[in-house]
Amino acid sequence: MKELFLIKLGEMVLKGQNRAAFDALLLKTIRRRLYPLGEFDVRYAQSTVYVIPKDESCDMDKAQEKLEKIFGIVAFTRAAAAEKELSSICDTATEYLATALSAAKSFKVESKRADKSFPLTSLELSREVGAAILRKFHHLKVDVHHPDLTVRAEVRDFGAYLHTDALPGAGGMPSGTGGKAAVLISGGIDSPVAAWMMARRGVELVPIHFASPPYTSERAEQKVVELLEKVAAYCGPMKMRTVSITHIQEEILQKCPEELFTVIMRRFMVRLSNKIAQDEDCGALITGESLGQVASQTMQAIRCTDAVAELPVFRPLIGTDKAEIVALAHRIGTYEISIEPYEDCCTVFTPRHPRTKPPVFVAEKAEQALEIDALVAEALETVKITPIRIK
Amino acid sequence: MKEIYLDNSATTKVCDPAIAKMVSLMTETYGNPSSLHKKGFEAEQELKAARAFLAETLGAERDEIVFTSGGTEANNLALFGAATLGKRFGKRIVSTAFEHPSVLRVLEALQKEGFEVCLLKPDRSGKITKEEILGAITPDTVLVSIMAVNNEVGTILPFSEIGGALKKIAPRALYHVDAVQAFCKIPIDVRKSAIDLLSASAHKIHGPKGAGLLYVKKGIRLPARALGGGQERGLRSGTEALPAIGGFAAAAQNYEKPAKLLPQMREKALLCRTLLSGIEGVLLQSPEDALPYIVNFSLPGIRSETMLHFLSGNGIYVSSGSACSGGEKSHVLAAMGLPAEQIDSSIRLSFSRDTDETQIRTLAETIKLGSQTLMRTAQGRKKAR
Repeated sequence: MKELFLIKLGEMVLKGQNRAAFDALLLKTIRRRLYPLGEFDVRYAQSTVYVIPKDESCDMDKAQEKLEKIFGIVAFTRAAAAEKELSSICDTATEYLATALSAAKSFKVESKRADKSFPLTSLELSREVGAAILRKFHHLKVDVHHPDLTVRAEVRDFGAYLHTDALPGAGGMPSGTGGKAAVLISGGIDSPVAAWMMARRGVELVPIHFASPPYTSERAEQKVVELLEKVAAYCGPMKMRTVSITHIQEEILQKCPEELFTVIMRRFMVRLSNKIAQDEDCGALITGESLGQVASQTMQAIRCTDAVAELPVFRPLIGTDKAEIVALAHRIGTYEISIEPYEDCCTVFTPRHPRTKPPVFVAEKAEQALEIDALVAEALETVKITPIRIK
Repeated sequence: MKEIYLDNSATTKVCDPAIAKMVSLMTETYGNPSSLHKKGFEAEQELKAARAFLAETLGAERDEIVFTSGGTEANNLALFGAATLGKRFGKRIVSTAFEHPSVLRVLEALQKEGFEVCLLKPDRSGKITKEEILGAITPDTVLVSIMAVNNEVGTILPFSEIGGALKKIAPRALYHVDAVQAFCKIPIDVRKSAIDLLSASAHKIHGPKGAGLLYVKKGIRLPARALGGGQERGLRSGTEALPAIGGFAAAAQNYEKPAKLLPQMREKALLCRTLLSGIEGVLLQSPEDALPYIVNFSLPGIRSETMLHFLSGNGIYVSSGSACSGGEKSHVLAAMGLPAEQIDSSIRLSFSRDTDETQIRTLAETIKLGSQTLMRTAQGRKKAR
């Protein structure tokens, strides 16, 4: 008996002329992620991706974990392959699903016959498989409305497959199909989630992290690396840019009103991100703002920062509540890392009473005290690249 | 850039004799001391020698030394054990509010079990007198635990003068000394000071991490915390970590006697204190007669972590508060009743015998540079206006 994965694609199948490119990219991603786990044959037929292990040394459990994190897969099943004849299908069903069948009290069989040359109709096949199961598992009852277990038999071109309910995939679009964008990433809970959400829409990420040594530590930066590794498990390797904004912060503190510190600092972050993003051919910036969460995330403050943005700014979390963000952070696995207590560049010099609704002209006027272009150019000199790998 | 390591109270670099000993105990004398064959016998001899030497350092007998994984385990073993033995006679425990967390957390646990724990507070200079300690002891006191040297500010407590007087007030009480920061650095004699239990650790004296000891005075039968093969007089079963233990003894053997080393260390500490006092805004938390291995200071307005990372960027490694608490507010300085901004900006420098004058001068210059260039916190800025 041979086990394999059958992968169902999501909204990708709705794409028209670009469909082939999307499929190719997804197959490539699947092959690359499974590469360390053994030899798998990955091929596409009849709207399904088949992932077939070459031999027993392939780690199917690890492969399942990898597949759960590939964007573009909406659902997948782990199935057993059978010969396209009734006796083989029945034997495989009772053998492969024995544990699940023993644990269930009731079941039903649902069949699909994609290969119309198969002699039995779907209904006839279901009946025969059901009868074979009942002959072996005497405690089971058939319940077609609310069964504990649904046994699914699929007769396809290359063979017949037996499995139970499909497992949910990560959804979204394959990485790289949605363009490239720079994501501003701190050590907090929100920005990794925002990065993940846009990556799920197929966006390739260029993470930008702002540090202010010596006010922030190596550990704070390492924390960001670990956060991004969690995201990379889904979207693939990235190259993080770390920019030191210490001097910018010192200048703002010395020359601008304290209450405007945060908004002016964020305008600098956006200016720096513009440059890095454009050098990297990014089409947008991504931030983790959620409206009204803190002083710098009011509508007015966002208008202030967007006034210097040269690219569209995507804010996937803008209408979400903290609880929803936290739930997603748990799912991605970033939450536990995010809550480690290291200072990040946003909190070091937090003013005692930040201005929550700064008009754009007030920020602009305050900034006149600063050599903006020179400060930006100087900060860009500090850019350091850290590769983020799939762990 | 030359590195200057001034975090020796957190841990020290392992000295060469200890490394050599450990290598030989891992590659040659690698037997299990409990094995009956020659390999086991040789290992047992090494274990005995290590135990004998460390006992001698404390003025104790060989069979009064129980090896542990370090200071924390020794403190846990001592305090939980002493409390169990004492609970028939009373429930009062006397200690100080600025003990190491491996003492304070145990005392909290004992308090929940019904013990009445009295924690003496140091004054603003970080001191507690002998009279204050003895004054807190009542006839029904069953345990007194006093650290020999405070790990954050370096106060030397009057630990050697408590034991005798304690027995006169509370004859049943056991006296524990946490000597992790003091072992080998100042003279300790468990007999003369009437100490019943004493904890020490290898990695504070250029030995390896993973070895420590608890001195248990003859006749005291502490209950076991780990059951098994009956090693360490049945108190702590498990195959002895001989390489670490051997490294511990070798490090202690290689440590110069206090009579020779202490005067040198005093010179270093004095130089450091003098140079720091010359920097505007510096406050010293360590008392003048503190163990000269530790100098704790503050620069109010500059957060500890900021100064620490600034120094780290310049190749100088120090600690904010103590390394154990990893960034939490110092309970030691809080117990001394110091204001929040002094606590938030505190830095602990801890020297070793290898620290030299040039390093201390570089340190002071770098701190001065930091005090002039680093931005102050909002509170600090407000003050400056």
